Amino acid sequence: MKILVCVNHVPDTTTKVNVASDNISLDVNGVNFMLNPYDDFAIEEALKTKEKFGGEVVVVSLGGDSHKETLRKSLAMGCDRAVLLKDSSSRDSFSIAFAISEFAKSYSPEIIFIGKQSIDYDNSQMCGLIATFLGWQSVSVVVKFAIEGNSVIAEREIEGGHEIVSAKLPAVIAAQKGLNEPRYPSLKGIMESKRKPIEEINPEQCANKINVLRMRKPAAKQKGKIVGTDISAVPELIKLLHEEAKVI
Amino acid sequence: MKILVFAEQRDNSYKKTAFEVSKAASKIATELNSEIIALTIGENISSIAPQLGNYGIKKVIVVNEPRLKNYSTSAFTSIVNQIVEKENVSVIFLPASSMGKDLAPCLSAKLNAGVASDCTQLKVEDGKIIATRPVFSGKGFLDLEITSEKKIFTLRPNVFTISQTTTELATVEEFKPQLEEKDFSIIVTEVKQSSSKKDVTEADIIVTGGRGLKSPENFVMIEKLAETLGAAVGASRAVVDAGWRPHDEQVGQTGKTVSPSLYIAVAVSGAVQHMAGMSTSKYIVAINKDKDAPIFSIADYGIVGDAFEIIPAMTEEIKKLK
Repeated sequence: MKILVCVNHVPDTTTKVNVASDNISLDVNGVNFMLNPYDDFAIEEALKTKEKFGGEVVVVSLGGDSHKETLRKSLAMGCDRAVLLKDSSSRDSFSIAFAISEFAKSYSPEIIFIGKQSIDYDNSQMCGLIATFLGWQSVSVVVKFAIEGNSVIAEREIEGGHEIVSAKLPAVIAAQKGLNEPRYPSLKGIMESKRKPIEEINPEQCANKINVLRMRKPAAKQKGKIVGTDISAVPELIKLLHEEAKVI
Repeated sequence: MKILVFAEQRDNSYKKTAFEVSKAASKIATELNSEIIALTIGENISSIAPQLGNYGIKKVIVVNEPRLKNYSTSAFTSIVNQIVEKENVSVIFLPASSMGKDLAPCLSAKLNAGVASDCTQLKVEDGKIIATRPVFSGKGFLDLEITSEKKIFTLRPNVFTISQTTTELATVEEFKPQLEEKDFSIIVTEVKQSSSKKDVTEADIIVTGGRGLKSPENFVMIEKLAETLGAAVGASRAVVDAGWRPHDEQVGQTGKTVSPSLYIAVAVSGAVQHMAGMSTSKYIVAINKDKDAPIFSIADYGIVGDAFEIIPAMTEEIKKLK
């Protein structure tokens, strides 16, 4: 089975956000980047699928040279080879998904795994976009996954419960935490990843549909009120919530 | 410029987000002097549709289809697409719920439309819709416009509050979509409700417990406080990873993003990843022994003290109000 997994290289979760001088993007000075945390689950599911059905796992990312670090980690976890759709320009979800789907057409995988969202811009759009561009099915926010015959049987999280979904293959599966326990790269995996190829391809172009006017930091929150330091503060707290905030 | 609201229903009743999105979109429609319609898809849902009139919707198109008691990504995409063509819609508003977030990107690719996801603010400037949306887990905000001819906005639940309603009722028009077998390539075969409890993304009040509670048994007092308040129970990542609470209660990065009116964080230190999921809550209360816990930096009210004493006392005090 040919399996494709899409990954992103994102600012570390502890990043302090500052706005760059263009007023529309993140100031990347001093920011550490890492593999998008949801993509860990996508890679793990791709590797498990290969272990079950055989075949190969190709990992793809769109971005500049820095994305090679994340591709290298994906290879160390066990992906067979990596493709960098090399482009440092600022693309929106639509444009990135278009480029990835064009690459997928040339590679023709039978299934694609991706994280349910990227923790930089939190758009949660890739799964549905790529699947629709390819004319495939998309299953988002997946916490359980199996292939039965020609279909995917998956469980996805919804408000207050889960939906059991049956989708015809080929499909794009967006991984949510809980789907599996991602493996750590082994020492052997890390050594091998250095010899595995990262192919560079110029991605297809596609105009953005979103124009960012400005990026800003949230308004600083006024310092809160410490109502007290023990149980005697409880009546005052409840009174504030009831009369001042009017939320209870 | 015609506006379409995707009004989400489950089990033959509207989700609160259907009203929020209707109201927010009808404000935009008024400012732009645009026509606004809504669409509701389900098995037999004509009778629930008129109430959308209370939120500014004049006409609701309903699709009654026995095969669509449950959601289907492929069939819903096809139906919305057909309505967009038939009614010549140029702007679509959806909730940023699990259904709306699943549907929006599929429509985006089909309609060649840009999507502004999970918006927390909308306004009209020079005849254009400007959306504000959180990025980097709420540590930044983008103001953006969609430049494609067709535009899609998904709105974060619980953020667009409804201040005023009318008693007007919407007219209901039934639509029979053309559905082929391939439109059912993905179907929901079963919906599993997680017990009877409230979901954190839909709750108006959330009481969250953290690792400081020391053991899973101690969540009983969190549950009692939540029950007294009619609130949902939330959990920090640490307690979910420890197996004390299920993942669907987790708030924060790798969990759920919430914006209730009141968020009570009990024995939660307030890691950046946690605050990413709840910082847009209207009021935040922190109960923590450690006065230096980061959660106090974003709390509106706090008590520095022992949760084991304070939480039961809060439950009793709230009972007195009722």
